[in-house]
Amino acid sequence: MNWRRFWAVLICRNREFLRDRSTLTWNLLFPISLIAGFAFAFSGPGLDLYKVGVLGDVNVGPGSAFFSARYIDFISVHDLSVALRKVERHQLDMLIDPAGRRYWINDAAPKGYVLERVLRGAEVRDSSFRKQTVSGRGIRYVDWVMPGILAMNMMFGCLFGVGYVIVRYRKNGMLKRLKATPLTPLEFLTAQVISRLWLTLTTTVVVFVGTDQFIGFPMHGSYLDLFVVFAVGAISLISLGLIVAARTTSEELAAGLLNLLSWPMTFLSGVWFSLEGVHPFLQQCAQLAPLTHIIDAARAIILDGAGLGDVSIHLLALTVMSLGFMAVGARLFRWE
Amino acid sequence: MIALLETHRLVKHFRGVQAVDGIDLAIRAGCCFGLLGPNGAGKTTTVEMLEGIQAPTSGVIHYRGEPLGPRFRQDIGIMFQSTALQDHVTGRENLWMFGQFYPRSLPIAELAETCALGEFLDRDTRKLSGGQRQRLLLAIALVNDPDLLFLDEPTTGLDPQARRNFWELIHRIKARGKTVLLTTHYMEEAYHLCDEIAIMDHGRIIAQGTPRALLAAHFDDVVLQLPLADIPDPPTLSGHTVIQGRDAVEILTRDVNAAIEELLARNISLARLQIRPRTLEDLFLELTGRELRA
Repeated sequence: MNWRRFWAVLICRNREFLRDRSTLTWNLLFPISLIAGFAFAFSGPGLDLYKVGVLGDVNVGPGSAFFSARYIDFISVHDLSVALRKVERHQLDMLIDPAGRRYWINDAAPKGYVLERVLRGAEVRDSSFRKQTVSGRGIRYVDWVMPGILAMNMMFGCLFGVGYVIVRYRKNGMLKRLKATPLTPLEFLTAQVISRLWLTLTTTVVVFVGTDQFIGFPMHGSYLDLFVVFAVGAISLISLGLIVAARTTSEELAAGLLNLLSWPMTFLSGVWFSLEGVHPFLQQCAQLAPLTHIIDAARAIILDGAGLGDVSIHLLALTVMSLGFMAVGARLFRWE
Repeated sequence: MIALLETHRLVKHFRGVQAVDGIDLAIRAGCCFGLLGPNGAGKTTTVEMLEGIQAPTSGVIHYRGEPLGPRFRQDIGIMFQSTALQDHVTGRENLWMFGQFYPRSLPIAELAETCALGEFLDRDTRKLSGGQRQRLLLAIALVNDPDLLFLDEPTTGLDPQARRNFWELIHRIKARGKTVLLTTHYMEEAYHLCDEIAIMDHGRIIAQGTPRALLAAHFDDVVLQLPLADIPDPPTLSGHTVIQGRDAVEILTRDVNAAIEELLARNISLARLQIRPRTLEDLFLELTGRELRA
């Protein structure tokens, strides 16, 4: 590894990105606009679909008319403390214990209020359910969705910022020219990774701080821990982008492959909605996506005050993925 | 004298296609060597093997008497026909970046002087004209002060003035003792710049030598050219070859006086007669049997 050559590529790639005003603006404005939009949209009544956690087996006979109500998704839960945390975090709108004739809602959640009305109106018998209020931390939907949007923006930046750019370099002959110099693939790829890493982290911090000024997010954990999660996550996403960029020569194909990776990850990683109630197979699939681990770890730090030890399983998963992706990407890489 | 770059029985296959079929080349130090050939002749594949971009299927390439190694990359400069540069980066910044790849590099000011980059050195590379861009790419190829310079169709797409200016730059580089390997579709360019040329077709070298020697070896006649309008019914002239083109008639002859006498005897106006020697283009067409394709 010749650091002089690495540094030269890094500097020039950074210049290219920072001087491309349209791309830079897009990288900053897109997530800010999304978060602001959600803050506005979800200050109102919220979504139509309700999620109710049922302590015990949902199929074993609560028998109440409430349980046959439409537009309510009943999900079996078995751990009361875990389920209560989900109510706090708006992942569940209500938790109900048919055996104990109890239910919990988050007083800060409009959907909890509506479900309570539905429950009480369903049958007179159901009125015997005793209300247990989750104290909650005043977590709004925008608080819950914000880590997902930051991570999603990071994902698009990392995948397209590395994968697409390298394919463009290959297609227009830039890589062929570099191949004819003493520059090695390791030096070139490391420069691309480091350049994208610091640009991604910088824009993520700017977006986070900027939107926090207007919306005011809760932070129950450590900013440093959150930064570590985003850094490890960004490396895994950049490494994934390297695989796509390793040999692809067509920008159209690269865009297709990157979309093939990014959109399923977006839907399966719980950016917009909780995966509670989703088919278990899809929940397992979601664990294979780096974005899932980034979002879960970031939410745990921001909303639950978790430390790095608490999210170590996510960090480990991201590290293993990064090493795997890098090994495959480096092995497959061709200048032309 | 040991050649600076030498190949022996160089072969390249691509999935059943034999692109290069046993080429032997020897390029002397300080020489400008032209590699010519129609599209599909194997020229680009040969040059890319010489540049170390592609590995040969078989055969050897020696640089300074040794197989290509890490030193080769540091000693050569390459100017591809079309190379994109990073967007939003100036010529000076590109020169700086490429300069950092080598243990030693020429000062940017010297490169700017050699390649006449002065007025656009600090301009975004996207805003350069075709000629300016080619000069910058040449400067990048020279950034490590290479002993061997590869120029792949460097003037394709340039206007005549820009092409002439570029030739001047090549002359300056040659004057500094550099070895140049040039590929081009322009025969006039090859004749003007090259000390030695090789003509390729179907993956083989079909002629090699100095332009003058090749012309002398293949031709002992000159060309008389008349507009077709002046000689609407081309005659058969004894001892001369008559070729009718779309706009002109060419008479190939070893005896100009005899040919002219025959034309005058047939009352053909010679007011617009042109006499020219054989050119590399004639040689190329004779050897490859096809027209040049850009």
